[in-house]
Amino acid sequence: MVHSLQELRRSASLATKVFVQRDYSDGTTCQFQTKFPPELESRIERQLFEETVKTLNSFYAEAEKIGGSSYLEGCLACATAYFIFLCMETHYEKVLKKISKYIQEQNEKIYAPRGLLLTDPLERGMRVIEISIYEDRCSSGSSSSSSSSSSSGGGGGGAGGR
Amino acid sequence: MKECEYRQIPPGVAAPGTPGTLTSPPPAAAGPERPGAARRPRRKWEVFPGRNRFYCGGRLMLARHSGVFALTLGLILLTSGLFFAFDCPFLASHLTLAIPIIAAVLFFFVISCLLQTSFRDPGILPRATPSEAADLEKRIDSMGTSTYRPPARTMEVVINKYVVKLKYCYTCKMFRPPRTSHCSVCDNCVERFDHHCPWVGNCVGKRNYRYFYAFILSLSFLTAFIFACVVTHLTLRSQRDGFLTTLKTTPASVLELVICFFSVWSILGLSGFHTYLVASNLTTNEDIKGSWSNKRGSEFANPYSHKSVLTNCCAVLCGPFHPSLIDRRGFIQPDVGTPSSPKSEIPSFGAKPDTSMEDACQDFAISCTA
Repeated sequence: MVHSLQELRRSASLATKVFVQRDYSDGTTCQFQTKFPPELESRIERQLFEETVKTLNSFYAEAEKIGGSSYLEGCLACATAYFIFLCMETHYEKVLKKISKYIQEQNEKIYAPRGLLLTDPLERGMRVIEISIYEDRCSSGSSSSSSSSSSSGGGGGGAGGR
Repeated sequence: MKECEYRQIPPGVAAPGTPGTLTSPPPAAAGPERPGAARRPRRKWEVFPGRNRFYCGGRLMLARHSGVFALTLGLILLTSGLFFAFDCPFLASHLTLAIPIIAAVLFFFVISCLLQTSFRDPGILPRATPSEAADLEKRIDSMGTSTYRPPARTMEVVINKYVVKLKYCYTCKMFRPPRTSHCSVCDNCVERFDHHCPWVGNCVGKRNYRYFYAFILSLSFLTAFIFACVVTHLTLRSQRDGFLTTLKTTPASVLELVICFFSVWSILGLSGFHTYLVASNLTTNEDIKGSWSNKRGSEFANPYSHKSVLTNCCAVLCGPFHPSLIDRRGFIQPDVGTPSSPKSEIPSFGAKPDTSMEDACQDFAISCTA
């Protein structure tokens, strides 16, 4: 089950999708739950997955940080009647580029070889991290009988369902 | 119950024989029902599900009915135009050149803020993709509420130690994130929904609230400034020529006086109200609904407030610039691997009318008062 990113798209068929939901416990800033979805149990180590989500969360926290630099940006934009963004990127856009690069990199290094694919949350309205699970065409469905026993949350705040 | 939250989809159902669709070019997404689209890849704004109009290849957007926006723009242009044409020459020669300069700067700022409020994406959340909606359906089903009467769909989350209820949006097929509301005029879920403002012809939400606030604040300054200048102009002239002759020689000034006199009060009131909202980090929507009012005890305070007026102002007016999430100019791509179970048809009965009606009425009430 070793794939490169292009090979995965071409040769494997999509089995299912897993969605990591938003964590609202700290307010409306964009953060995702670090709870490990049981569907991925046979595919990827818990630690690797949690690290990816935590890194993404820290990127979003950086983008939405309210502080001196965001005040400066806001005041500068206001002083130019908000025309400055015709010729300058916002801080948020810069971070988003970093995020999409990071996701691409993680896909190539970690997820694609395991038959998984992350989708940039920006493409899903920042509501979910979508993880597509691929299966080899020839393989039977036996690999997906995961053990969904131990799914105690990874400490992602009690935000999700009840 | 926690184990059921991410239930396994049997691979036989989940993979409905869609090999290779991921790499298929965008025209394939259009499908056979749109024969004209086969030649050119379509952009997302062309099939946008909300009631919006798009201009300049999707770069600009407005609500569908924008007649009142034209009226706003016309009134501002008319009043300022008359002021620059008929009052400024007199005032500049008799008093100071600063008057036309200040008026021009204010006018430029007002128009810029108005256009940015109107033509920007207010913070629309894209609707859930079919696979995301199906996943959510499964999670709702596994919450164990399979009675004959579908329950009102809500989900409780804890925000800054306050419990907040999230409502399910039957149009957008998702739980509305906190502070999000569905605009019944535009038929979109808008983040940090403030109100639908017909005067600017757009919703006011997360992404354009600061422009909106800058617009009404600068407009109240501009109106008051023009009003004061016109009064000065008329006074100076009538000292020289007499009052009646002045009215006959400068009828334009009288018209400006009337327009400014009637509009300045409402604009000043609106700026005051929004200053209060900014200082307490509220939205018009929350204020009208009384979501965090003190009547239910002090434990029901606004969970989004930063507990200090200055921080609230800075956070609302100088916070980060959020990106648009609807990617209007992106090309359409198919949502692959949709688990096409008939289950996704179920939710559209029963509970739908009461919740959505209530919201529609609320939204309508808000847009009327705005």
